Amino acid sequence: MSPKREFEVVGKPVAKLDGLALARGGKLFVADLLPRGCLVGRILTSPYAHARIASIDASAAEALPGVHAVLHHGNVPRVMRTTAGQGAPEPSPYDFTTFDRKVRFVGDRVAAVAAESEAIAEEALKRIKVEYEVLPAVLDVRHAMDKGAPVIHDEPDCKVVIPVPYEPGRNLAAHVDTRVGDTAEGYAEADVVLEHEYECQYAQHTPIEPHAALAEPLPDGRLRITTSTQVPFHVRRIVAQALGWPVSRLHVVKPRVGGGFGAKQEVLIEDVAAFLATRAGRPVYLELSRSEEFLSRTRHPMVVRLKTGARKDGSLTAVDLGVLSNTGAYGSHALTVACNCGSKVLPLYRWPRLGFQADAVYTNLPVGGAYRGYGATQAYIAMEIQMDELAQALGLDPLEFRLRNHIRKGETSPIFAALGEGGEGVEQSIDSIGLDACIRQGARAIGWKKKRGKPGAGPLKRGVGMCCLMQGSSIPKVDMGGASLKMNEDGGFNLLVGATDLGTGSDTVLAQIAAEVLGVSVEQIVVRSSDTDLTPFDVGAYASSTTYLSGQAVRKAALDVAGQIREVAAELLDARPAEIALAGGQVRTADGRALPLSRVAMRSLYEHDQRQIAAFASHITHKSPPPFSAHFAEVEVDTETGLVRVVKYVAAVDCGTAINPQLSEGQTEGAVLNGISYALCEEYLFDEKGRMRNDSLREYKIFSTRDMPELVTILVPTYEKTGPYGAKSVSEIGINGPIPAISNAIFDAVGVRLRRAPFTPERVLAALDELAGRQAR
Amino acid sequence: MDIHVTVNGRPEVWQAAPGESALELIRRLGYTSVKRGCSQGDCGACTILVDGQAMRACLLVAAQLEGRAVTTAEGLGSLDRPHPLQRAFVDAGAVQCGFCTPGMLLASQALLVETPRPDATAVREALDGNLCRCTGYKKIVEAVLLAAERMA
Ligand code: FES
Ligand code: FES
Repeated sequence: MSPKREFEVVGKPVAKLDGLALARGGKLFVADLLPRGCLVGRILTSPYAHARIASIDASAAEALPGVHAVLHHGNVPRVMRTTAGQGAPEPSPYDFTTFDRKVRFVGDRVAAVAAESEAIAEEALKRIKVEYEVLPAVLDVRHAMDKGAPVIHDEPDCKVVIPVPYEPGRNLAAHVDTRVGDTAEGYAEADVVLEHEYECQYAQHTPIEPHAALAEPLPDGRLRITTSTQVPFHVRRIVAQALGWPVSRLHVVKPRVGGGFGAKQEVLIEDVAAFLATRAGRPVYLELSRSEEFLSRTRHPMVVRLKTGARKDGSLTAVDLGVLSNTGAYGSHALTVACNCGSKVLPLYRWPRLGFQADAVYTNLPVGGAYRGYGATQAYIAMEIQMDELAQALGLDPLEFRLRNHIRKGETSPIFAALGEGGEGVEQSIDSIGLDACIRQGARAIGWKKKRGKPGAGPLKRGVGMCCLMQGSSIPKVDMGGASLKMNEDGGFNLLVGATDLGTGSDTVLAQIAAEVLGVSVEQIVVRSSDTDLTPFDVGAYASSTTYLSGQAVRKAALDVAGQIREVAAELLDARPAEIALAGGQVRTADGRALPLSRVAMRSLYEHDQRQIAAFASHITHKSPPPFSAHFAEVEVDTETGLVRVVKYVAAVDCGTAINPQLSEGQTEGAVLNGISYALCEEYLFDEKGRMRNDSLREYKIFSTRDMPELVTILVPTYEKTGPYGAKSVSEIGINGPIPAISNAIFDAVGVRLRRAPFTPERVLAALDELAGRQAR
Repeated sequence: MDIHVTVNGRPEVWQAAPGESALELIRRLGYTSVKRGCSQGDCGACTILVDGQAMRACLLVAAQLEGRAVTTAEGLGSLDRPHPLQRAFVDAGAVQCGFCTPGMLLASQALLVETPRPDATAVREALDGNLCRCTGYKKIVEAVLLAAERMA
């Protein structure tokens, strides 16, 4: 049984602490904080997919009045590294330097300038003369590893810094191979064996605020970087690496961030801003234009081959998951995203034998990176469409089929131990799971029984489909979150966390956790997050870690502070510390005597045996408890135009205790709508030279208010005892469902299986035509 | 070039550079609630009210503001006395990263002035040009309806 508990602050829809300041349009984002005399930075990018820079002449740009710095490979030190904002040593290959002698995709960096205005900067870029020696390019992921294919990383100094396979000579950026048992035996035992290929496309996070960074030389010779990032501490480390500086010379500050979704788990422009500012000796602001944002980082497109076997009774016998991931020109997150395809997907069902194999390959196309869902999104497309196909082949209800086969409380999966962040993982068993309830409540909300198998008569067909999902909560034994907490005169507190609120509301969630321990309201907690000079370390906002991991660091620090408060209160109330409770902003004894916390604070700061009531704490985890979810889509397919409309979408999610249900719903709704948009319309279109043709928000359409279906979020509470107040993660899982749920709903409506996203009218019509052709034969 | 505008109720004279967009000028003068998300008229983050009409500042040349009344989010309310829309956005959980919020608020304000009690469909139509990647829009639509109810 999960402990049933009542909380004062946790579990309540506390309004976001920064909500009103944001709604008032306060100066909170990087672009709002530019100092006087700030220069504008711009980057010159490659017009070719693959070329060597034969020569570069920047003299005309340097001579232009108002230009203060021009950078290129000839005047910036070569330091091989990665842009991926991950823990050190990074699992991503060191295949990148600030400016290289080669360009590897259309949009790759060539040079950068800092000038007194945007217009001068643009003019300066035009005056940089670059001669390219154009090379044959790899534009098809399926042929990237062919014999004789152009080698994208032929530089001798690219390397990996952890012991993993890496063969740049074959364009292989990462490789993973794991198996448990003999899957061939499993297929021999099966009554049904299916094997299909699924494919998903490039997509961009499109945070409404693009990447933006301000670098300011400080009077003491240090450099402050104010940047829209998910990983301030990794920014400090990686920029220091690029500059050849000790980290202590850098001060990285994260103000409010206008959305990230993984795009800002990348140290993408901070190095350029830092070099420009140090060269110019002036502050420099660098912001990507919307078209540059499309070429910053993307979701790794993948071809996923999936083979499964099952018996007539509905039991599973074996699975083989094979992934071909296109990492583009650089191997940012190539290995770990590939690993996640297995580690976040295969444990969901009880496969007695399994095989997982993944290749991440270089191409001369835009670079993959971290994107909400992080590989799980891509692999769930295959898994959850094929689970539907298996159920169909076995004549079972897809919902019952999943109920029968999903992992249970107390069970483990061999994949947990076999597969981690590039290497082996960490063994764990499931302690909290509310998937049954998610499936049943979601089915009720969509009207599963009533609507399934009833497409209707006219040209508009209706269908319902579902899928199940899991994710993780932080990276076990790797990620660390830190917090510090100190008490002030008024009985309020400063909470300093390295954790990074990128709009998710994590500052509020962490304040709620501290407030719960200390028996105060959130207004009593002043949160300062992500300032490398002031706050403790934290890996940052990724891998669904903040609430679960950093939240536990906050809870530890708060418990320590509460203990110190009890000691001082014990003197004041003439009681034993253990008898004192913290509640309602007071310290109280069992017999009803009480004092305000400010009384305790004043005594500790001014009156007797003075000391600062404060604590530091950090936290790592030994498991990554998965949140679970069931998604249900109701669609309408126009058989004449091929247009798919999502009518209603239900996401039921078990995220443990929702520390702030309103924020958990918000995370789910945002992730789901992004997923639906990805399922139906988002994709990159390239010309034959590898140039993205639709690099604007007009041509690359993302969903707006007009497109939204009826969205229903159901939070299914469970209690994860390793998380703060029972919490698990919630931010990523929601994006994994829409493609498979919608594909399955389309099948229910019109009987065609779409295995390639996005489900555009053309693809739907083509599939319908093919079905009609087959039926006519 | 001098431009005479009434901004958030106060008359001001702005000096614009030739060809400067209204967005660049307004931000340069410190009204940074007007956000730049694309500079191409596609995201709505730069939405301002010009004589009560919601417009994209990035598509206007500064000179087009001559003689007009401009409202930005700074002019909607104050910290002590937020506009009902601002309060409703916070209460409904419609603010995640907050980058789209000023534009959303102004587009909503333009709607509520014309249609004090809109239904969800009207709200969705009015906000169609304002992109948000964080919220899935559900709580934004709810916030506008909540504000309308409270203002009635
Ligand atoms: S910045 Fe004006 S519409 Fe995007
Ligand atoms: S709240 Fe982030 S874009 Fe709308």
